[in-house]
Amino acid sequence: MNSTMLAIILLAVTALAYQFGLLRSTRQGRTLAREQVHSRPVYHAAWLAICCGTPGLLVLLLWSALEPLLIRNWLLASWPELLGGPAETAGTILMRRLQELAGGADNATALELAAAQQLGQLQTWAALGKTALVALASAGGLIWAARRMNATFKARHQVERMVRTLLLGCSAVAVLTTLGIVLSMVSEAFNFFSFIRPSEFFFGTKWNPAFSSTGNTHGEYGLLPLLWGTLMVSLIAMLVAIPLGLMTAIYMAEYAPAWFRDMAKPVIEILAGIPTIVYGIFALMAVGPFFAAAGELLGIQVRATSALTAGVVMGLMIIPFVSSLSDDIITRVPQALRDGALGLGATRSECIRQVVLPAALPGIVGAFLLAFSRAIGETMIVVLAAGNSPQLHANPLEAISTVTVSIINQLTGDTDFAGPQSLVAFALGLTLFVITLALNVIALYVVRKYREHYE
Amino acid sequence: MNTTQNTQPAGLQAPRAKMQAQDVRVFYGEHQAIKGIDLELMENEVIAFIGPSGCGKSTFLRSFNRMNDTIEGCRLEGRILLDGEDIHAADMDVVMLRARVGMVFQKPNPFPKSIYDNVAYGPRIHGLARGRGDLDDRVEDSLRRAGLWDEVKDRLHAPGTGLSGGQQQRLCIARAIAVSPEVILMDEPCSALDPIATAKVEELIAELSQQYTIAIVTHSMQQAARVSDRTAYFHLGELIEVNATDKVFTHPQNALTEAYITGRFG
Repeated sequence: MNSTMLAIILLAVTALAYQFGLLRSTRQGRTLAREQVHSRPVYHAAWLAICCGTPGLLVLLLWSALEPLLIRNWLLASWPELLGGPAETAGTILMRRLQELAGGADNATALELAAAQQLGQLQTWAALGKTALVALASAGGLIWAARRMNATFKARHQVERMVRTLLLGCSAVAVLTTLGIVLSMVSEAFNFFSFIRPSEFFFGTKWNPAFSSTGNTHGEYGLLPLLWGTLMVSLIAMLVAIPLGLMTAIYMAEYAPAWFRDMAKPVIEILAGIPTIVYGIFALMAVGPFFAAAGELLGIQVRATSALTAGVVMGLMIIPFVSSLSDDIITRVPQALRDGALGLGATRSECIRQVVLPAALPGIVGAFLLAFSRAIGETMIVVLAAGNSPQLHANPLEAISTVTVSIINQLTGDTDFAGPQSLVAFALGLTLFVITLALNVIALYVVRKYREHYE
Repeated sequence: MNTTQNTQPAGLQAPRAKMQAQDVRVFYGEHQAIKGIDLELMENEVIAFIGPSGCGKSTFLRSFNRMNDTIEGCRLEGRILLDGEDIHAADMDVVMLRARVGMVFQKPNPFPKSIYDNVAYGPRIHGLARGRGDLDDRVEDSLRRAGLWDEVKDRLHAPGTGLSGGQQQRLCIARAIAVSPEVILMDEPCSALDPIATAKVEELIAELSQQYTIAIVTHSMQQAARVSDRTAYFHLGELIEVNATDKVFTHPQNALTEAYITGRFG
């Protein structure tokens, strides 16, 4: 019996256990006064179902995870003569071959055939064992639970506790994932720093990972040109997004009639849903050539792929972040404040400029920071439109490279994770992670502080 | 409204109407909140608007400086005159109108600025002060008249939101009188305040009435009796009765008024 079938049957049994619990506790409670019964029948039933389903499910998962490993080790140990090379890779090849044979391929040697037969046998036994163990676990859980169950049993508390455990487990997944990402990045980054000194990485002004002119065989890994590129593109993006986004938010929150707001807000938010690669293509095909042509008209040398192109398009992309967050925050400023200013004879724009915006400022700054961290981590637009030239210069009309672009460059094509050429990607990623994390923490702190102020 | 004459000190000239509402009807979308009200606010009087919740007294009050303009779907018919001029006329600027007809709100709403900047806000946007010294004088004078100066003079640059509720409301009154209005509208100014703070604000209203025309919406009949010269009773968007305050409370002319002030509903 395969695992899917088993899981379905387990589910059905769990449902039956629920029904059984419902019936049994209803019967048990019937002879008692209302205040003698602690929990309603649904809680008894839920408790029974959980006690029946959970152990079976756990056993099933554990077995499914361990089975291939155990079978493989068993086979490789009993047929060492079939192994042609080092156990790691040859074992994998052999197992694939044996699987084919066990599944009915007919071009085998006698030795292989015997091994394949054993594999088939092992798998049959394993399936039987799995079914038996799952059944045992479920039945055990069910019987244990059913014996504890009586009218005064506090099933409600038990179920509540299990729900809490389940929710905790789900949130732990997200937290543990973050932790796992950080740890793997940190360990690989440490590997990188065994090749290149941290000071060379963090304060180096040359990025040239392929070869080196200084006699150092690994190349040069200066972070600064990339960081500078990231900053320049992000700053240009913010220069575009802050005015446009903020003005949009003010119009939406303070001036737009309700019907227009209802129509326009979803349209603006669509901007945030467009895949960034599409923005990249837009930058490459439309905005870049436009800037180049415009520069030619003015007699200025403008490259089509430049910090300016990437920054402007990225700015357009993050407009909805700025506008939608600021809009929420501006709307949350109490009407009483607006009334106060208008009642003194302030015009609408005076009221917004001098009273509403100052009141909303901390929250708006938080929105800016969130948008900024989004810009720093953005990849596809800069890959296509920034020109990939890791130079330390301050001219936005020239090509530039960013941290994210370099990560992609170092990880595409032939990579082995033994040399600094690809390991540097982890150091770069970690740097980026720390920067955006810091920005996010600051932004959330600022936003929260503002909320406490009014609610 | 000759009934108001006996509230005026003898020897003064006959009272003049500062503001006049003529057949005012206010609509929120389809719903008619005010159903044709005529009422005059006399110069230097305190007039109280009372009535059960939802009777339209706040809406009516807010009509006098066009605060209802800020509410989407709200529309007014009829005329309201300030010194004989229609406040909805094409050449009447709403900014100037609100400088002349100030407002104090139900909940104290100081701006998130310093005490000084709160009071200086109005004079600044209307360009009333000639230089820093003049502005300082105006701020001090307004705070003194609002009875707040002694409590805040040492911390003028502390945030206005840090004051107690009663102090905040007096700050809002100071802010309103700093632009030298002619009329002050008060929308339940004491409803968020404790009894001691309320007493202070009421005292302040009595003082201010020597200089300004004041219209006050209140839910407290004791407050209306204490602070006002005349009282207007509203019911379901209509003006039921307006008369000298002592008359309204001792000899109400209308059965509805009597039912309300004796506490049978509201």
